[in-house]
Amino acid sequence: MKKWDISQINEWKTDDFPLGAVIPQSGNSCDYATGGWRSDRPERNDDKCTQCLMCWIMCPDSAINVADEKVTTFNLKHCKGCGICAKVCPVDAIDMVPEGCDLPEVK
Amino acid sequence: MPTQKTIAATGNTVVAEAMRQCAPDVMAAYPITPQTTIVEEFAAFVAKGRVHTEYITVESEHSAMSACVGASAAGARVMTATSSQGLALMWEELHIASGMRLPIVMANANRALSAPINIHCDHSDIMGARDTGWVTLFAETAQEAYDNTIMSIRIAEHPDVLLPTMSCLDGFITTHSIDRVQVMDDESVAAFVGEYTPANPLLDLENPVTHGSFAGLGGPFFEFKKAQREAIERSRKVIDEVGAEFAELSGRPFGKIETWGMEDADVAIVVIGSTAGNVRHVARGLRDQGIKAGVVKVRCFRPFPFAEIVEALLGVQAVAVLDRAESFGAEGGPLFLEVRSALYDSEERMPVINYIYGLGGSDVKLELIESVYKDLSDVAAGVEAPAGLVYLGSR
Repeated sequence: MKKWDISQINEWKTDDFPLGAVIPQSGNSCDYATGGWRSDRPERNDDKCTQCLMCWIMCPDSAINVADEKVTTFNLKHCKGCGICAKVCPVDAIDMVPEGCDLPEVK
Repeated sequence: MPTQKTIAATGNTVVAEAMRQCAPDVMAAYPITPQTTIVEEFAAFVAKGRVHTEYITVESEHSAMSACVGASAAGARVMTATSSQGLALMWEELHIASGMRLPIVMANANRALSAPINIHCDHSDIMGARDTGWVTLFAETAQEAYDNTIMSIRIAEHPDVLLPTMSCLDGFITTHSIDRVQVMDDESVAAFVGEYTPANPLLDLENPVTHGSFAGLGGPFFEFKKAQREAIERSRKVIDEVGAEFAELSGRPFGKIETWGMEDADVAIVVIGSTAGNVRHVARGLRDQGIKAGVVKVRCFRPFPFAEIVEALLGVQAVAVLDRAESFGAEGGPLFLEVRSALYDSEERMPVINYIYGLGGSDVKLELIESVYKDLSDVAAGVEAPAGLVYLGSR
């Protein structure tokens, strides 16, 4: 099935929108960059981290990137900065750092 | 042509009968006077196997309309009925149903809103819901309540409309009085309403969709509201077409407004619901006394038939608008505001007087209606119109 294309949504006219604000396809929540809601960003200290993967288990937004069973980075496009990863980390390897002028591009 | 039988029944009985004949997939039911016998009689149809409807008994009207929204989004043909405080409790879901473009059909037994506590007829409940985006039809008689209910399904589910539709009948006066009603055979009604094909059913597992999405934070909320406005504007034509088709089938004419004596009327009353019959009766008597009295009955309130109203009233010297609901602090009742606004752009602007009447079921005696026509005749003869609205028959 052709993917629902919303790349031009800012140009759409009234008739271009689906009836009653229906989203006419599944699997497109990954396109929704909820990371823009974040005020605090997680930062991981690799020296402290034991790779227990507790943060990966508990993250409500599946925003902990893992490769070869090891935490690599945070998916900042979807991380809302809730801080659960920092809270559950048994070795305090994650700090929540306020977002400032250096807000990373989330697109 | 359908086989029709004439029965003696209350408005609620024939609304339940019409709903059975439309065969909804789901009905949400919560009792409230004077609507209760609609869902009660429908429950009996379900129990006897005369209709195969998923009958959901909910814990409040808020839940009733929530269940309707969910079931309709799932792809079901959905109906319910309510009244007064029940309609008020549904208020947020009324907007959700229309915003999600779900063609739910609901009967409303028009009843006053508390306080003071009152269970009798007026239009405060439905007029409070007049901006919720529902197509709204009113019945004068049990017959019209039956007919409107069947037509509501076709209007709501029409691809050009897809809006929830309310079929309103006056509490007790129409809901509980036994009236002479022609009822069509099941097959003819089934053929008229047809099968419902939902636009985006949640239960279509091959094509998953999301209902109830978010359109804030600079999103297209504004455009979705514009789409609703365009849909209810398109419903004008659909209502006329469905009404004409139903009239052909049933032999009973339907119009967004229905007029009596307006061809040559000097004075006219605009009215909604059961009181229209009394007004016609008085007008007929006054014609014998040489007063050219006319009646305009509004059968469709949303969309408001402003062009039809203006056309009917042109040439009249004075108009009275009878409102069975208040709009406290406004210049008049809801119907008055619509009618006078419609006349603003017309070629003629005759005096329009607003009468509030019958709140909480207060009696609307024929002499009171006659006094309105007498007032109008005086105004037509040059007497100054009463300033502000008149509480008809108040102490």
